[in-house]
Amino acid sequence: MSVTSSPDQDTPPPDKKSKMDTQLVTVQFETETGDRPFPPLSVPVDITPDKLQLLLHTLLKADNADEEDLDRPFAFFLQDREIQDDLAECMQWMLINQERTVPVIFKPQSIFKVRPVTRCTSSMPGHTQPVVVALFSPDGRYLASGSGDNTVRFWDISTETPRFEGKAHRQYVLALAWSPDGSRLASGDKLGHVVIWDPETGQQIGRTLSGHKQFITGLAWQPLHLTKDGECRLLASSSKDGDVRIWDTITSKFVLALTSHTQSVTCLRWGGTDLIYSASQDRTIKVWRAQDGVLCRTLQGHGHWVNVLALNTDYVMRTGAFEPAQAQIVNNISSFSGPEKKDIALKRYQEVLSRVKGGDELMVSGSDDFTMFLWNPSKEKQSLARMTGHQQLVNDVKFSPDCRIVASASFDKAVRLWDGTTGKYLAVLRGHVQAVYQLAWSADSRLLVSGSADSTIKLWTAQVKGGYDKTKFLTVDLPGHGDEIYAVDWSPDGQRVVSGGKDTLLRIWRK
Amino acid sequence: MPQNEHIELHRKRHGRRLDYEEKTRKKAAREPKKRAATARKLRGLKAKIYNKRRFSEKVQLRKKIKAFEEKSTETTLDRPEDGALPAYLLDRQDKQTGKAIAAQVKQKQKDKAAKYNVPLPKVRMQSENEVFRPLKSGKRGKSWKRMVTKVTYVPDDFTRKPPKFERFIRPTGLRFKKAHVTHPELRTTFCLPIIGVKRNPSSTMYTSLGVITKGTIIEVNISDLGMVTAGGKIVWGKYAQVTNNPENDGCINAILLLSK
Repeated sequence: MSVTSSPDQDTPPPDKKSKMDTQLVTVQFETETGDRPFPPLSVPVDITPDKLQLLLHTLLKADNADEEDLDRPFAFFLQDREIQDDLAECMQWMLINQERTVPVIFKPQSIFKVRPVTRCTSSMPGHTQPVVVALFSPDGRYLASGSGDNTVRFWDISTETPRFEGKAHRQYVLALAWSPDGSRLASGDKLGHVVIWDPETGQQIGRTLSGHKQFITGLAWQPLHLTKDGECRLLASSSKDGDVRIWDTITSKFVLALTSHTQSVTCLRWGGTDLIYSASQDRTIKVWRAQDGVLCRTLQGHGHWVNVLALNTDYVMRTGAFEPAQAQIVNNISSFSGPEKKDIALKRYQEVLSRVKGGDELMVSGSDDFTMFLWNPSKEKQSLARMTGHQQLVNDVKFSPDCRIVASASFDKAVRLWDGTTGKYLAVLRGHVQAVYQLAWSADSRLLVSGSADSTIKLWTAQVKGGYDKTKFLTVDLPGHGDEIYAVDWSPDGQRVVSGGKDTLLRIWRK
Repeated sequence: MPQNEHIELHRKRHGRRLDYEEKTRKKAAREPKKRAATARKLRGLKAKIYNKRRFSEKVQLRKKIKAFEEKSTETTLDRPEDGALPAYLLDRQDKQTGKAIAAQVKQKQKDKAAKYNVPLPKVRMQSENEVFRPLKSGKRGKSWKRMVTKVTYVPDDFTRKPPKFERFIRPTGLRFKKAHVTHPELRTTFCLPIIGVKRNPSSTMYTSLGVITKGTIIEVNISDLGMVTAGGKIVWGKYAQVTNNPENDGCINAILLLSK
């Protein structure tokens, strides 16, 4: 370890050196999943995170790691406390004995940084009724919005002008979902009809999928890595009538109905292990096998409506083959073929899961009983953790793209952050003066936007140097809307935030 | 005077005359001409009386037409045209539009109770012969006093008038203070004190007398139920519609009217 010790010796300031040079501590690097790839080594006790990073990079280089990992920033933790100033201070705080080997957990951070949005670059009129949903396509090239005026509108992102207006619905458009390859958009309306759109032409593809008896509450495409040859074909839709239906969007035909819920299905997710998760107002979450529609298990625990579900792989499955690290200012059309896209999506999916302890897909559910549950739905019926703290119903839950943090938005005006693997409470973000409706993470997991009934969007830093206890999280307050904000989304390429609400305008926010 | 309902019976058995519909139609069509002829012909006091009556009739007619028009416009307004909500708020509409609902409730309380969507929309009319029994009083043959033969609600502060002026007697045996009120959503029944009779559909006179028959809308004290308005105030008076025949059953059963 002579290589690594040399930068350490000349770095500490001279005054400290005189006091501390004798104090050494044995450090054992650990990954998040508990692996110990390197032997323990002794370092000065006042080593800073920067120095630890240098040390780790050297170790990784010796270990022939990926090119990418050598540039990657890392965060270092003692148990669940981040090392901020130096190791000694953190050890003191955690009451760790210096005599023993200290396990230091290193967590890779995203290699790119998304710059916080600060201003509204345009407010786009067009809809004549409240904008209910707005969503960027998986590669951030397209933007679609659904509104109470029964239209789906496609917007040109580069010029921030309207592009197409899709008129096929006869009632409010309530749900939108982009296929993970970005070539299709599905929209569901209040009559229970689902329409598939081509974002290139703004035309409807195939026939309207009708079968639901009440309004559509959620849409979910089959994840790209599960598809056959990377062709996005299957779409699941959930409705107020308590059914989940699976459609073949190419033949416009109904494939399967998953009916077991006794009340409205509120949220739908298609997991990466080919399981479909549906949350319902009947207080249960049901897990279905997507292939044959068999009900695998019913997750019980909530005492009231289950409002929302979030998978830790949501973001990676949403973006599919698109890697946010490779985003460009001007988006090029990807030249990959279907099977190639599928391979990339599978690789990205596995990479994300490899960083999770246990390697399982975890799920968080938020409910009207003010609590959330952490589940391992592909394996167990029992919940892993119950997350309490909100004083009003939980309306939105989102995992950060790196799976480490869960953010939850509640009607109690607060956003709360929780640990993504244990469900431990981390922080509360206060600032909104009315119910918080929606959340969106930036692709690098460092920033978070929330849209609220108080007509503002607020941007928060979720990963703060300085720990969760003493920092100010609110970085930017983005007022501008005239009324409640119903939809917020951050484009996967990190450049734009879109918001829409009751004032019928769609606003785009940029750095 | 016919001693029985011979005519009704005959109609029931044999139907009406074959040309009945046509004749009534023609009669109705001829009616305005006939009226105009009378109006032209009449002179003096008779003309005055006739015109006055005709005027008041027309006022009533106009009022009725206006009421119908208002009713029809209301239904068009109720259509959910604007104010689209996202799916996560659709089931919470009542909470979201709290302000609007509070205003609506106030408006409805101002309105006549008849405008409610009541569980029993059609109620058999109670004739006066059925509700009142003539009482003989005094030596003269004319009986002007009436006894109410139905269940009544009499407020606590009621004092009887001197017998000479007391036209209606509400017997104490048929006075009720409490009603069994069912909450349609909770599906539970509470025995609640009555506050007043809001409307007896048969006649406004019954309403003012506090006569409770099937279909009558009564106001009950629901402070025990702990209902709260959207604004957070405690509701204590609410309307309920009587669903049984209290005079036969010896109790009052009612359904709480929840404003939608």
